[in-house]
Amino acid sequence: MLTLEAVSYRYAGATRLSLREVSLTLGEGEVVGVVGRSEAGKSTLCLVASGLAPRTLGGTLRGRVLLDGADSSGRAMHEMARDVAIGFQNPGTQLSGVATTVYEEVAFGPMNLGIARDEVLRRTESSIDALAIGALRDRDPDLLSGGQQQLVAIAGLLALSPRHLILDEPTAQLDPAGTRLVSDAIKGLAGGGVSILIVEQKVDLLAGVCDRVIALDEGRVALDGAADQVLRDPALHAMGVAEPSGVRLRRLASEAGLAPEVIAGALRAEAWSSADG
Amino acid sequence: MLGGIIGPLILVLLAVIVPALLARVVRDLVRTSLLLTLPIALSALLVNVLFFPAEQQVLLRPGPITVTAEGLVFALEILVRIMAISGAITLFYLTTRPQDLVVDLERRGVSARVAFVANASVQTVPAMVERAQQIAAAQRARGLDTEGSFMRRARGILPIVGPVILGSIAEVEERTLALEARGFTRPGRRTMLWWPTDSGAQRAARWSLIAALIAVAGARIAGRLG
Repeated sequence: MLTLEAVSYRYAGATRLSLREVSLTLGEGEVVGVVGRSEAGKSTLCLVASGLAPRTLGGTLRGRVLLDGADSSGRAMHEMARDVAIGFQNPGTQLSGVATTVYEEVAFGPMNLGIARDEVLRRTESSIDALAIGALRDRDPDLLSGGQQQLVAIAGLLALSPRHLILDEPTAQLDPAGTRLVSDAIKGLAGGGVSILIVEQKVDLLAGVCDRVIALDEGRVALDGAADQVLRDPALHAMGVAEPSGVRLRRLASEAGLAPEVIAGALRAEAWSSADG
Repeated sequence: MLGGIIGPLILVLLAVIVPALLARVVRDLVRTSLLLTLPIALSALLVNVLFFPAEQQVLLRPGPITVTAEGLVFALEILVRIMAISGAITLFYLTTRPQDLVVDLERRGVSARVAFVANASVQTVPAMVERAQQIAAAQRARGLDTEGSFMRRARGILPIVGPVILGSIAEVEERTLALEARGFTRPGRRTMLWWPTDSGAQRAARWSLIAALIAVAGARIAGRLG
Protein backbone atom coordinates (compact mmCIF):
# COMPACT_ATOMS: atom_id res chain seq x y z
CA MET A 1 0.00 0.00 0.00
CA LEU A 2 1.29 3.47 -0.95
CA THR A 3 0.07 6.25 1.32
CA LEU A 4 0.55 10.01 1.27
CA GLU A 5 -0.22 11.59 4.63
CA ALA A 6 -0.97 15.33 4.55
CA VAL A 7 1.81 15.93 2.03
CA SER A 8 2.82 19.47 1.10
CA TYR A 9 5.69 20.13 -1.30
CA ARG A 10 7.56 23.20 -2.48
CA TYR A 11 10.12 23.06 -5.31
CA ALA A 12 13.59 24.40 -4.54
CA GLY A 13 13.60 28.15 -5.10
CA ALA A 14 9.79 28.36 -5.45
CA THR A 15 7.83 30.80 -3.34
CA ARG A 16 4.58 28.84 -3.18
CA LEU A 17 3.60 25.26 -2.43
CA SER A 18 2.83 23.02 -5.39
CA LEU A 19 1.04 20.45 -3.22
CA ARG A 20 -0.99 21.34 -0.13
CA GLU A 21 -1.99 18.82 2.52
CA VAL A 22 -2.65 16.02 0.04
CA SER A 23 -3.65 12.70 1.56
CA LEU A 24 -4.07 9.63 -0.61
CA THR A 25 -3.98 5.86 -0.26
CA LEU A 26 -3.33 3.45 -3.12
CA GLY A 27 -4.57 0.02 -2.13
CA GLU A 28 -3.49 -3.29 -3.66
CA GLY A 29 -4.81 -3.57 -7.23
CA GLU A 30 -6.45 -0.16 -7.05
CA VAL A 31 -6.29 2.25 -9.99
CA VAL A 32 -6.58 5.91 -9.03
CA GLY A 33 -6.91 8.60 -11.69
CA VAL A 34 -5.75 12.17 -11.22
CA VAL A 35 -7.26 15.08 -13.12
CA GLY A 36 -6.99 18.83 -12.90
CA ARG A 37 -6.12 21.87 -14.96
CA SER A 38 -2.52 22.83 -15.84
CA GLU A 39 -0.31 23.57 -12.81
CA ALA A 40 -2.85 21.96 -10.47
CA GLY A 41 -0.03 19.82 -9.03
CA LYS A 42 -0.67 16.56 -10.91
CA SER A 43 2.93 15.95 -12.04
CA THR A 44 4.25 17.10 -8.67
CA LEU A 45 2.01 14.52 -6.99
CA CYS A 46 3.58 11.84 -9.22
CA LEU A 47 7.11 13.00 -8.37
CA VAL A 48 6.39 13.00 -4.62
CA ALA A 49 4.61 9.63 -4.65
CA SER A 50 7.50 8.06 -6.60
CA GLY A 51 10.09 9.44 -4.20
CA LEU A 52 11.89 11.55 -6.84
CA ALA A 53 10.79 14.67 -4.95
CA PRO A 54 12.57 15.63 -2.83
CA ARG A 55 15.29 12.92 -3.17
CA THR A 56 16.47 13.89 -6.64
CA LEU A 57 14.75 17.22 -7.22
CA GLY A 58 15.40 18.83 -3.84
CA GLY A 59 12.73 21.12 -2.45
CA THR A 60 10.84 20.87 0.82
CA LEU A 61 8.42 18.10 1.75
CA ARG A 62 6.06 18.17 4.72
CA GLY A 63 3.95 15.16 5.65
CA ARG A 64 4.88 11.52 5.01
CA VAL A 65 5.02 9.04 2.14
CA LEU A 66 4.49 5.51 3.46
CA LEU A 67 5.20 2.19 1.76
CA ASP A 68 3.22 -0.60 3.42
CA GLY A 69 2.83 1.57 6.49
CA ALA A 70 6.55 2.35 6.83
CA ASP A 71 7.94 5.85 6.33
CA SER A 72 9.89 5.82 3.05
CA SER A 73 11.97 8.93 3.73
CA GLY A 74 15.04 6.89 4.74
CA ARG A 75 15.10 4.83 1.53
CA ALA A 76 17.45 5.66 -1.32
CA MET A 77 15.97 6.16 -4.80
CA HIS A 78 17.25 2.82 -6.10
CA GLU A 79 15.52 1.14 -3.15
CA MET A 80 12.29 2.97 -3.97
CA ALA A 81 12.66 1.77 -7.59
CA ARG A 82 12.17 -1.83 -6.47
CA ASP A 83 8.64 -1.00 -5.32
CA VAL A 84 7.55 2.14 -7.14
CA ALA A 85 7.93 2.80 -10.88
CA ILE A 86 7.16 6.08 -12.58
CA GLY A 87 6.65 6.92 -16.24
CA PHE A 88 6.61 10.40 -17.74
CA GLN A 89 4.95 12.13 -20.64
CA ASN A 90 7.98 12.70 -22.87
CA PRO A 91 9.16 9.35 -24.26
CA GLY A 92 12.46 10.68 -25.65
CA THR A 93 13.90 11.48 -22.24
CA GLN A 94 12.74 8.21 -20.66
CA LEU A 95 14.98 6.11 -22.85
CA SER A 96 18.31 5.17 -21.34
CA GLY A 97 20.39 6.19 -24.35
CA VAL A 98 22.67 3.19 -23.81
CA ALA A 99 20.49 0.43 -25.25
CA THR A 100 21.07 -0.68 -28.83
CA THR A 101 17.72 -2.46 -29.15
CA VAL A 102 14.21 -2.18 -27.76
CA TYR A 103 14.83 -5.48 -25.97
CA GLU A 104 17.79 -4.05 -24.06
CA GLU A 105 15.89 -0.84 -23.36
CA VAL A 106 13.04 -2.78 -21.73
CA ALA A 107 15.59 -4.82 -19.75
CA PHE A 108 17.49 -1.72 -18.58
CA GLY A 109 15.63 -1.26 -15.25
CA PRO A 110 15.89 -4.82 -13.94
CA MET A 111 19.53 -4.92 -15.12
CA ASN A 112 20.23 -1.85 -12.96
CA LEU A 113 18.67 -3.54 -9.96
CA GLY A 114 21.08 -6.46 -10.32
CA ILE A 115 18.30 -9.02 -10.80
CA ALA A 116 19.40 -12.48 -12.01
CA ARG A 117 19.84 -12.68 -15.80
CA ASP A 118 17.17 -15.36 -16.34
CA GLU A 119 14.63 -13.31 -14.41
CA VAL A 120 15.58 -10.16 -16.38
CA LEU A 121 14.96 -12.08 -19.62
CA ARG A 122 11.62 -13.44 -18.37
CA ARG A 123 10.39 -10.00 -17.28
CA THR A 124 11.55 -8.42 -20.52
CA GLU A 125 9.73 -10.98 -22.68
CA SER A 126 6.56 -10.64 -20.62
CA SER A 127 6.60 -6.81 -20.75
CA ILE A 128 7.19 -6.80 -24.51
CA ASP A 129 4.24 -9.17 -24.95
CA ALA A 130 2.00 -7.08 -22.67
CA LEU A 131 2.42 -4.03 -24.91
CA ALA A 132 2.48 -5.97 -28.19
CA ILE A 133 5.83 -4.49 -29.25
CA GLY A 134 7.46 -7.77 -30.25
CA ALA A 135 7.90 -6.49 -33.81
CA LEU A 136 10.12 -3.69 -32.48
CA ARG A 137 12.37 -5.79 -30.25
CA ASP A 138 15.49 -5.56 -32.46
CA ARG A 139 14.97 -1.92 -33.49
CA ASP A 140 17.09 0.98 -32.21
CA PRO A 141 14.87 2.74 -29.62
CA ASP A 142 16.24 6.16 -30.59
CA LEU A 143 14.90 5.72 -34.13
CA LEU A 144 11.29 4.89 -33.19
CA SER A 145 8.33 7.25 -33.42
CA GLY A 146 7.21 9.09 -30.27
CA GLY A 147 4.26 6.73 -29.77
CA GLN A 148 6.42 3.63 -30.18
CA GLN A 149 9.01 5.06 -27.78
CA GLN A 150 6.26 5.65 -25.21
CA LEU A 151 5.15 2.01 -25.42
CA VAL A 152 8.78 0.92 -25.03
CA ALA A 153 9.18 3.23 -22.01
CA ILE A 154 6.05 1.77 -20.39
CA ALA A 155 7.25 -1.77 -21.12
CA GLY A 156 10.49 -0.79 -19.36
CA LEU A 157 8.46 0.16 -16.29
CA LEU A 158 6.50 -3.11 -16.36
CA ALA A 159 9.82 -5.00 -16.45
CA LEU A 160 10.65 -3.51 -13.05
CA SER A 161 7.67 -5.54 -11.72
CA PRO A 162 6.68 -2.69 -9.42
CA ARG A 163 4.06 -3.05 -6.72
CA HIS A 164 3.05 0.56 -7.34
CA LEU A 165 3.03 2.18 -10.76
CA ILE A 166 2.77 5.92 -11.33
CA LEU A 167 2.03 7.17 -14.82
CA ASP A 168 2.11 10.86 -15.74
CA GLU A 169 0.11 11.25 -18.96
CA PRO A 170 1.35 7.97 -20.43
CA THR A 171 -0.83 8.14 -23.55
CA ALA A 172 -0.13 11.77 -24.51
CA GLN A 173 1.67 10.69 -27.68
CA LEU A 174 -0.29 7.54 -28.42
CA ASP A 175 -2.90 6.87 -31.08
CA PRO A 176 -6.17 5.10 -30.11
CA ALA A 177 -4.64 1.64 -30.67
CA GLY A 178 -1.64 2.47 -28.46
CA THR A 179 -3.95 3.97 -25.84
CA ARG A 180 -5.99 0.76 -25.81
CA LEU A 181 -2.80 -1.29 -25.29
CA VAL A 182 -1.84 0.86 -22.31
CA SER A 183 -5.38 0.60 -20.95
CA ASP A 184 -5.29 -3.21 -21.25
CA ALA A 185 -1.84 -3.33 -19.60
CA ILE A 186 -3.13 -1.21 -16.70
CA LYS A 187 -6.12 -3.51 -16.20
CA GLY A 188 -3.86 -6.57 -16.34
CA LEU A 189 -1.43 -5.14 -13.78
CA ALA A 190 -4.22 -4.06 -11.45
CA GLY A 191 -5.69 -7.55 -11.73
CA GLY A 192 -2.31 -8.87 -10.56
CA GLY A 193 -2.40 -6.63 -7.46
CA VAL A 194 -0.32 -3.66 -8.67
CA SER A 195 -1.67 -0.32 -7.47
CA ILE A 196 -1.64 2.40 -10.09
CA LEU A 197 -1.78 6.19 -9.95
CA ILE A 198 -2.42 7.68 -13.36
CA VAL A 199 -2.54 11.31 -14.45
CA GLU A 200 -4.40 11.62 -17.74
CA GLN A 201 -6.09 14.22 -19.89
CA LYS A 202 -7.97 11.45 -21.73
CA VAL A 203 -10.82 11.11 -19.27
CA ASP A 204 -12.41 8.31 -21.30
CA LEU A 205 -9.34 6.21 -20.49
CA LEU A 206 -9.73 7.04 -16.80
CA ALA A 207 -13.44 6.16 -16.94
CA GLY A 208 -12.48 2.77 -18.36
CA VAL A 209 -9.67 1.78 -15.95
CA CYS A 210 -10.01 3.72 -12.68
CA ASP A 211 -11.68 2.64 -9.48
CA ARG A 212 -11.28 6.08 -8.01
CA VAL A 213 -10.50 9.57 -9.32
CA ILE A 214 -9.18 12.60 -7.51
CA ALA A 215 -9.25 16.12 -8.89
CA LEU A 216 -6.52 18.53 -7.89
CA ASP A 217 -6.96 22.28 -7.85
CA GLU A 218 -4.11 24.61 -6.90
CA GLY A 219 -2.28 21.74 -5.21
CA ARG A 220 -5.24 20.60 -3.08
CA VAL A 221 -7.55 17.63 -3.46
CA ALA A 222 -10.79 19.23 -4.66
CA LEU A 223 -12.72 16.03 -5.43
CA ASP A 224 -12.10 12.44 -4.38
CA GLY A 225 -14.46 9.55 -4.97
CA ALA A 226 -15.53 6.66 -7.18
CA ALA A 227 -14.48 7.22 -10.80
CA ASP A 228 -17.99 7.36 -12.24
CA GLN A 229 -19.09 9.82 -9.56
CA VAL A 230 -16.17 12.22 -9.85
CA LEU A 231 -16.03 12.13 -13.65
CA ARG A 232 -19.69 13.13 -13.94
CA ASP A 233 -19.47 15.81 -11.22
CA PRO A 234 -20.36 19.22 -12.74
CA ALA A 235 -17.69 20.79 -10.51
CA LEU A 236 -15.05 18.95 -12.57
CA HIS A 237 -16.26 20.57 -15.76
CA ALA A 238 -16.11 23.95 -14.02
CA MET A 239 -12.46 23.22 -13.14
CA GLY A 240 -11.66 23.01 -16.85
CA VAL A 241 -11.43 19.21 -17.00
CA ALA A 242 -13.12 17.57 -19.99
CA GLU A 243 -16.04 15.26 -19.32
CA PRO A 244 -15.96 11.65 -20.53
CA SER A 245 -17.67 11.42 -23.94
CA GLY A 246 -20.62 9.41 -22.53
CA VAL A 247 -21.26 12.03 -19.83
CA ARG A 248 -20.95 14.84 -22.35
CA LEU A 249 -23.32 13.12 -24.75
CA ARG A 250 -25.93 12.64 -22.01
CA ARG A 251 -25.61 16.28 -20.93
CA LEU A 252 -25.94 17.60 -24.48
CA ALA A 253 -28.90 15.27 -25.16
CA SER A 254 -30.58 16.44 -22.00
CA GLU A 255 -29.98 20.08 -22.92
CA ALA A 256 -31.48 19.34 -26.36
CA GLY A 257 -34.59 17.85 -24.72
CA LEU A 258 -33.95 14.19 -25.67
CA ALA A 259 -35.24 11.56 -23.25
CA PRO A 260 -32.42 9.89 -21.22
CA GLU A 261 -33.62 6.41 -22.40
CA VAL A 262 -33.06 7.36 -26.04
CA ILE A 263 -29.42 8.33 -25.51
CA ALA A 264 -28.82 5.34 -23.20
CA GLY A 265 -30.11 3.05 -25.96
CA ALA A 266 -27.87 4.77 -28.52
CA LEU A 267 -24.83 4.36 -26.25
CA ARG A 268 -25.61 0.64 -25.76
CA ALA A 269 -25.93 0.15 -29.53
CA GLU A 270 -22.59 1.96 -30.04
CA ALA A 271 -20.92 -0.21 -27.40
CA TRP A 272 -22.19 -3.41 -29.11
CA SER A 273 -21.08 -2.27 -32.54
CA SER A 274 -17.60 -1.41 -31.18
CA ALA A 275 -17.37 -4.82 -29.52
CA ASP A 276 -18.35 -6.56 -32.77
CA GLY A 277 -15.89 -4.49 -34.75
CA MET B 1 65.73 17.90 -39.28
CA LEU B 2 62.66 15.99 -40.44
CA GLY B 3 63.01 13.25 -37.80
CA GLY B 4 60.36 14.91 -35.65
CA ILE B 5 57.91 14.67 -38.54
CA ILE B 6 58.59 11.27 -40.09
CA GLY B 7 58.18 9.30 -36.83
CA PRO B 8 54.74 10.69 -35.93
CA LEU B 9 53.73 10.53 -39.61
CA ILE B 10 54.51 6.79 -39.71
CA LEU B 11 52.49 6.36 -36.52
CA VAL B 12 49.52 8.25 -38.02
CA LEU B 13 49.76 6.04 -41.08
CA LEU B 14 49.95 2.77 -39.12
CA ALA B 15 47.64 3.54 -36.22
CA VAL B 16 45.04 5.76 -37.89
CA ILE B 17 45.04 5.59 -41.68
CA VAL B 18 45.51 1.80 -42.08
CA PRO B 19 42.78 0.93 -39.52
CA ALA B 20 40.53 3.56 -41.15
CA LEU B 21 41.12 1.92 -44.53
CA LEU B 22 40.25 -1.48 -43.07
CA ALA B 23 37.10 -0.04 -41.46
CA ARG B 24 36.26 1.82 -44.71
CA VAL B 25 35.87 5.16 -42.99
CA VAL B 26 38.81 7.04 -44.50
CA ARG B 27 36.67 9.65 -46.24
CA ASP B 28 34.62 10.38 -43.09
CA LEU B 29 37.79 10.35 -41.01
CA VAL B 30 39.54 12.93 -43.17
CA ARG B 31 36.48 15.18 -43.43
CA THR B 32 35.62 15.12 -39.70
CA SER B 33 39.22 15.37 -38.63
CA LEU B 34 39.82 18.37 -40.89
CA LEU B 35 36.68 20.12 -39.67
CA LEU B 36 37.74 19.63 -36.08
CA THR B 37 41.34 20.73 -36.45
CA LEU B 38 41.45 23.23 -39.30
CA PRO B 39 41.27 26.42 -37.18
CA ILE B 40 43.93 25.33 -34.69
CA ALA B 41 46.12 23.81 -37.43
CA LEU B 42 46.02 26.99 -39.49
CA SER B 43 46.88 29.21 -36.53
CA ALA B 44 49.73 26.90 -35.50
CA LEU B 45 51.08 26.95 -39.05
CA LEU B 46 50.91 30.72 -39.45
CA VAL B 47 52.35 31.57 -36.04
CA ASN B 48 55.28 29.17 -36.32
CA VAL B 49 56.14 29.78 -39.96
CA LEU B 50 55.94 33.57 -39.75
CA PHE B 51 57.09 34.30 -36.21
CA PHE B 52 59.58 31.55 -35.27
CA PRO B 53 62.15 33.17 -32.93
CA ALA B 54 65.37 31.39 -34.00
CA GLU B 55 66.62 32.72 -37.32
CA GLN B 56 69.18 30.41 -38.93
CA GLN B 57 68.10 29.22 -42.37
CA VAL B 58 66.02 32.00 -43.93
CA LEU B 59 63.72 30.89 -46.76
CA LEU B 60 61.81 34.12 -47.45
CA ARG B 61 61.69 37.70 -46.21
CA PRO B 62 58.36 39.23 -47.29
CA GLY B 63 58.47 42.71 -45.70
CA PRO B 64 59.02 42.66 -41.92
CA ILE B 65 58.33 38.90 -41.69
CA THR B 66 61.00 36.21 -41.87
CA VAL B 67 60.11 32.68 -42.91
CA THR B 68 62.71 30.21 -41.66
CA ALA B 69 63.25 26.53 -42.37
CA GLU B 70 63.28 25.85 -38.61
CA GLY B 71 59.89 27.55 -38.21
CA LEU B 72 58.45 25.56 -41.11
CA VAL B 73 59.71 22.25 -39.70
CA PHE B 74 58.43 23.09 -36.22
CA ALA B 75 55.00 24.00 -37.67
CA LEU B 76 54.91 20.70 -39.59
CA GLU B 77 55.79 18.80 -36.41
CA ILE B 78 52.88 20.41 -34.60
CA LEU B 79 50.57 19.72 -37.54
CA VAL B 80 51.46 16.02 -37.53
CA ARG B 81 50.83 15.83 -33.79
CA ILE B 82 47.45 17.50 -34.20
CA MET B 83 46.68 15.05 -37.01
CA ALA B 84 47.61 12.12 -34.75
CA ILE B 85 45.40 13.32 -31.90
CA SER B 86 42.37 14.31 -33.96
CA GLY B 87 42.72 11.28 -36.25
CA ALA B 88 42.82 8.85 -33.34
CA ILE B 89 39.81 10.46 -31.63
CA THR B 90 37.82 10.63 -34.86
CA LEU B 91 38.66 7.03 -35.74
CA PHE B 92 37.47 5.91 -32.31
CA TYR B 93 34.22 7.89 -32.72
CA LEU B 94 33.61 6.49 -36.22
CA THR B 95 34.27 2.86 -35.43
CA THR B 96 32.89 2.42 -31.91
CA ARG B 97 29.21 2.19 -31.09
CA PRO B 98 28.68 4.21 -27.89
CA GLN B 99 26.66 1.38 -26.38
CA ASP B 100 29.52 -1.07 -26.97
CA LEU B 101 31.84 1.34 -25.20
CA VAL B 102 29.54 1.50 -22.18
CA VAL B 103 29.14 -2.26 -21.91
CA ASP B 104 32.86 -2.91 -22.38
CA LEU B 105 33.85 -0.27 -19.82
CA GLU B 106 31.46 -1.90 -17.34
CA ARG B 107 32.91 -5.32 -18.12
CA ARG B 108 36.33 -3.94 -17.21
CA GLY B 109 35.03 -2.78 -13.85
CA VAL B 110 34.33 0.88 -14.60
CA SER B 111 31.22 2.10 -12.76
CA ALA B 112 28.03 2.32 -14.81
CA ARG B 113 27.83 6.05 -14.07
CA VAL B 114 31.28 6.75 -15.48
CA ALA B 115 30.47 4.61 -18.51
CA PHE B 116 27.20 6.48 -18.98
CA VAL B 117 28.96 9.85 -18.86
CA ALA B 118 31.46 8.61 -21.48
CA ASN B 119 28.55 7.55 -23.68
CA ALA B 120 26.60 10.76 -23.10
CA SER B 121 29.66 12.81 -24.08
CA VAL B 122 29.89 10.99 -27.40
CA GLN B 123 26.15 11.38 -28.04
CA THR B 124 25.78 14.99 -26.93
CA VAL B 125 27.09 16.64 -30.08
CA PRO B 126 24.76 14.95 -32.62
CA ALA B 127 21.80 15.38 -30.23
CA MET B 128 22.47 19.11 -29.87
CA VAL B 129 22.94 19.51 -33.62
CA GLU B 130 19.56 17.82 -34.20
CA ARG B 131 17.87 20.02 -31.58
CA ALA B 132 19.44 23.15 -33.10
CA GLN B 133 18.14 22.16 -36.54
CA GLN B 134 14.63 21.63 -35.16
CA ILE B 135 14.65 24.97 -33.33
CA ALA B 136 16.08 26.80 -36.34
CA ALA B 137 13.30 25.35 -38.54
CA ALA B 138 10.67 26.36 -35.96
CA GLN B 139 12.12 29.88 -35.67
CA ARG B 140 12.29 30.27 -39.47
CA ALA B 141 8.64 29.14 -39.68
CA ARG B 142 7.87 32.09 -37.38
CA GLY B 143 9.69 34.54 -39.62
CA LEU B 144 13.24 34.55 -38.21
CA ASP B 145 15.67 35.50 -40.99
CA THR B 146 18.79 33.31 -40.84
CA GLU B 147 19.85 33.72 -44.46
CA GLY B 148 21.72 36.50 -46.25
CA SER B 149 24.50 38.71 -44.94
CA PHE B 150 26.86 37.89 -42.08
CA MET B 151 25.11 40.39 -39.78
CA ARG B 152 21.69 38.87 -40.50
CA ARG B 153 22.97 35.40 -39.77
CA ALA B 154 24.64 36.61 -36.56
CA ARG B 155 21.38 38.22 -35.40
CA GLY B 156 19.59 34.93 -36.11
CA ILE B 157 21.89 32.93 -33.82
CA LEU B 158 20.64 34.21 -30.44
CA PRO B 159 17.01 33.04 -30.77
CA ILE B 160 18.37 29.59 -31.62
CA VAL B 161 21.20 29.25 -29.10
CA GLY B 162 19.02 30.17 -26.07
CA PRO B 163 16.35 27.50 -26.63
CA VAL B 164 19.01 24.92 -27.57
CA ILE B 165 20.89 25.39 -24.30
CA LEU B 166 17.81 25.75 -22.06
CA GLY B 167 16.09 22.81 -23.78
CA SER B 168 19.18 20.65 -23.33
CA ILE B 169 19.37 21.51 -19.62
CA ALA B 170 15.66 20.64 -19.13
CA GLU B 171 16.19 17.40 -21.04
CA VAL B 172 19.13 16.46 -18.83
CA GLU B 173 16.92 16.91 -15.74
CA GLU B 174 14.12 14.76 -17.18
CA ARG B 175 16.59 12.10 -18.24
CA THR B 176 18.17 12.11 -14.77
CA LEU B 177 14.77 11.57 -13.15
CA ALA B 178 13.95 8.71 -15.51
CA LEU B 179 17.34 7.05 -14.87
CA GLU B 180 17.03 7.41 -11.10
CA ALA B 181 13.51 5.98 -11.20
CA ARG B 182 14.88 2.92 -13.02
CA GLY B 183 17.46 2.18 -10.35
CA PHE B 184 20.48 3.50 -12.25
CA THR B 185 22.13 4.93 -9.15
CA ARG B 186 22.14 1.61 -7.30
CA PRO B 187 25.66 0.82 -6.10
CA GLY B 188 27.26 -2.42 -7.29
CA ARG B 189 27.39 -4.19 -10.63
CA ARG B 190 24.47 -4.31 -13.02
CA THR B 191 23.27 -7.53 -14.60
CA MET B 192 24.65 -7.74 -18.13
CA LEU B 193 22.82 -9.42 -20.99
CA TRP B 194 25.68 -9.56 -23.49
CA TRP B 195 29.32 -8.63 -24.02
CA PRO B 196 30.77 -7.03 -27.15
CA THR B 197 32.69 -9.45 -29.35
CA ASP B 198 36.41 -9.30 -28.80
CA SER B 199 38.11 -11.37 -31.49
CA GLY B 200 41.71 -12.58 -31.48
CA ALA B 201 42.54 -10.06 -34.22
CA GLN B 202 41.11 -7.19 -32.13
CA ARG B 203 43.10 -8.28 -29.09
CA ALA B 204 46.26 -8.63 -31.21
CA ALA B 205 45.73 -5.14 -32.67
CA ARG B 206 45.25 -3.68 -29.18
CA TRP B 207 48.37 -5.29 -27.80
CA SER B 208 50.36 -4.22 -30.88
CA LEU B 209 49.28 -0.61 -30.34
CA ILE B 210 50.25 -0.76 -26.68
CA ALA B 211 53.64 -2.25 -27.67
CA ALA B 212 54.05 0.48 -30.30
CA LEU B 213 53.23 3.13 -27.71
CA ILE B 214 55.87 1.78 -25.35
CA ALA B 215 58.41 1.50 -28.18
CA VAL B 216 57.78 5.08 -29.34
CA ALA B 217 57.95 6.41 -25.80
CA GLY B 218 61.20 4.50 -25.27
CA ALA B 219 62.65 5.76 -28.53
CA ARG B 220 61.63 9.28 -27.68
CA ILE B 221 63.30 9.05 -24.30
CA ALA B 222 66.41 7.67 -25.97
CA GLY B 223 66.38 10.70 -28.25
CA ARG B 224 66.09 8.78 -31.49
CA LEU B 225 62.98 10.64 -32.67
CA GLY B 226 63.91 14.07 -31.88
